Formats: sequence, C-alpha cells, structure tokens
Amino acid sequence: MADSKSKSVLFDPLVSNNPIALQILGICSALAVTTKMETSIVMAIAVIAVTAFSNLAVSAIRNYIPSSIRIIAQMTVIASLVIVVDQILKAYFFDISKQLSVFVGLIITNCIVMGRAEGFAMKNKPGLSFLDGVGNGLGYGMVLLFVAFFRELLGSGTLMGYVILPLDRNGGWYAPNNLMLLPPSAFFLIGLLIWLIRAIKPEQIEEA
Amino acid sequence: MPQRDSVVGTLLTATVLCVVCSLVVSVAAVGLKDKQEQNKTLDRQKNILDAAGLAVGEFGKPSSELSKDQIDDLYKRVSEQLVDLETGKVVTDMNVADYDPREAAEKKDSSIEITNPEFDPGVKRREKIAKIYLVGKQGEEPTLENYQQIVLPVYGKGLWSTLYGYLALKQDLKTIQGLTFYEHAETPGLGGEVDNPAWKSQWEDKSLYDADGNPAALVYKGSAPSDNPYAVDGLSGATITSRGVTNLLRYWAGDNGYGPFLKALKNDTNTSSQTAGI
Repeated sequence: MADSKSKSVLFDPLVSNNPIALQILGICSALAVTTKMETSIVMAIAVIAVTAFSNLAVSAIRNYIPSSIRIIAQMTVIASLVIVVDQILKAYFFDISKQLSVFVGLIITNCIVMGRAEGFAMKNKPGLSFLDGVGNGLGYGMVLLFVAFFRELLGSGTLMGYVILPLDRNGGWYAPNNLMLLPPSAFFLIGLLIWLIRAIKPEQIEEA
Repeated sequence: MPQRDSVVGTLLTATVLCVVCSLVVSVAAVGLKDKQEQNKTLDRQKNILDAAGLAVGEFGKPSSELSKDQIDDLYKRVSEQLVDLETGKVVTDMNVADYDPREAAEKKDSSIEITNPEFDPGVKRREKIAKIYLVGKQGEEPTLENYQQIVLPVYGKGLWSTLYGYLALKQDLKTIQGLTFYEHAETPGLGGEVDNPAWKSQWEDKSLYDADGNPAALVYKGSAPSDNPYAVDGLSGATITSRGVTNLLRYWAGDNGYGPFLKALKNDTNTSSQTAGI
C-alpha cells in the first residue's frame, strides 16, 4: 500500500500529472534554457534537487510553520536552496553556469517548486514529499529535454554539442531553422507535446 | 513551546528559520568562493590566450580543450599592465592583480562618462585605468619593449547585452591577431554567432586602422569583399550585434580608448629600436 503510493507519487508527474503539460507551471524557464540539451540537463538536475530538498525541508518543519507566514517561510527555504545550487554550479560547472546565467537564480520563482511545497509538502510526511519533489522535477526535466532535443537539432544541427546535421555556414548542407533558437519555438513545441499527451490520454482534456 | 500560531511562536519560527537558512547560504558561499574565483581567473586567462591565438598556435586546439596546467604554462607568456587611457601612460604605482576594471567602470571617481563619441559603444561609462596584457615569446617575460602581441579588453552594447571581449593586436599595433568575446547574452545562433570559431578566425590579419591612423575595422553588412583589409562578414540575422561590434572596436581603438596608449607605445618602441640600431 505504502509502496504503491510512493510509486505513484514519484511517477505520476512524469506523464499523467506533468507539471508543465497538465498544470502549465514553470513555462518561463522552459522557454529560456532549452536551446541546448546540455544546459537543459543541468537545469533539470538543478530543479530536481531544489524541488526535492525544498519539499523535504518544508515537510519536516510543516508542523512548526505558523499558517500566517507559511508562504514566506517556504520561500525562504526555497531561496536558500537555490542560492546553494547556484554556488555549487559556479564552483564545479562554470561553463554551464555561465550559459544558464540568471535562470538558475530564477528557479526561486519557478511555480513548480512553490506549488509542490504548498500543495504537497505541507500535508505529507518528509519521505513522501521528497519523492514528490523528485517526481515533479523529473516531469519538468522530461519536457525540457523534449523541447531541447528538437530546438538543438533543428536550430543548431547538433545534439549535446555533436554535429548531427552539418550546417551550411560551416560547409554542410543543412540550413538551420533560426526560429528554433528563439524562445517562441518552445511555445509551439510545448503545445505540440500537450496535444500529443492529451491525444493519448483524453481524460486530461479540460471541459470547454 | 509557545503556541504555533501565536505572535511569539510566529516570531520564534521565523527567527530560527532565517538563522538556519542564512547559515546554510553563508557556508556554501564562503566555502566555494576560492573555487569560483579560480574558475573566473581561468576563464579570463583562456579567453586572453584564445584572442592571442596561443592555444591554437602551441597545441592546435582552443583553450577550452586544454588542461589547467597547460593554461597556466601558456599564461606565463602573458604579463598584465595598467594603463591610464587619457595619457596613454603605464601606471606603475597600483597593484595590478587586485585591480578590477569592471568594478572601476561602475564607480564615479574611477571612471569617466562617455559623451557624444564618434563611435558609440552603447555603454554610459568607462574606467579611467584599463588593464592590458602583453604577450611575449616562449620562455620570456614580456615587457613593454619585447612584446610580441598586445591584448586589449574591449566592451560595448550589442542587441540585448553588453559584449565583453579581448582584442589581440600584432607587434605592429595595428594588425588584428584575434577577437573573442567572453561574456554576452546575444541571441544564440544569430548574434550569438560572435562565438563561432569560423567567424572569429576572419579577424586575423585585418587592419584595425586605415592609412591615416583612424579606426577602420568593421563588421560588413553581408559578405565582406575580399579586397577590403578592414572588414569581416556580417552576422546574418544580427544587424544590431554586428553594428555593436564595429562600434565597440572603433571606440576602443580611437582617441577615447586605447589610441593614446598605442601611439605612445609605438613611439617608444621606435625610439628604442633606433637606439638599439645605433
């Protein structure tokens, strides 16, 4: 019983309750950091870490947080974690942290993190909350990778920095689609992904 | 233990939470500071070496693919100098290692306002004293007399962001060796192509000044004619970034930038080599 619950807490956010595709949360950073697979992976790991540990911390102290300041208390925990993650990236993944620039700091304002802290961690035990954080981080990361795959392949002709489609400006044959390098393309891709998921799982379609 | 939702309870929880969180943040920030500073220095050194073409020249690959030891070794050929931009004289009474030109550019007393420039770099202020880099031969400490190349920090506005980079000049102080940008936030694939090695390699052997000594290097709109000694190809889809690069190059090459310093240095070198000749 407990096992099946933790399993569903961990895996539901991947497809059936995806934070981006179903709840439409955390869109802003999904637009900004998805021009390359590499930055998306690091961003995904950063978000997984922050969501998981902020859920854990908020859940651990949920019985002590006064309801009048609960949002600001969650915010403090999340902000501290984000700064720690940012510092670690700057120390050990300098090049990638340069590319992610302000977007690591902006994890603080990622609605997924806040939403899970308020919506799940305040009501559940730390262990389960941690899993919920990992699950939602993974759900976010999957969408990021999906978007980044197409944006990097069609926009730069590479995947993870390796040349797949040689660009015409470097002597190859592929004329890159510059739209893919601009944020709006992520909107189209996320839209297509949501369409795909809802075609497979019609129960996600909202009543008009 | 006071009641959870009482005033005392609220204040207590808030205090404890803040103290714990600030401890965590401070420990992370202080504990990782050295490592971060190292990364920053290494990154700057790599870019200087790339602008001067040393990494490719010695190892046949860009500095991002070299180990830290190799970078340290190459960087022994570089010496840092401070230059007063207005007088063009080298400043010797300041600590070179501690001086941060970007910090200086933000402070009123160590910077000047850029008003009505001939070529607008798009930034409001620049530092009075710049940090430049002399590049010497293998196994030689570079000095103002025996430098092989000179690397000048340049910056200016593109479309979205200020581009920070290094311009390397050959010994004659007017032929470009290389240009790299180490920090910018231009659109990837469009203006962001200022990082493209193929584009950057066009700068080598272009002339920074025309015959009269006026700054003339430019990013052409479209493909640069092959007989133009000053121009490189424009970045397609990035007119404003291209224009920004032209303007910042010309500003820093001009009389408000490194012009006085380069002139003074050239005169010095000429006199000293004449003396040596006699």
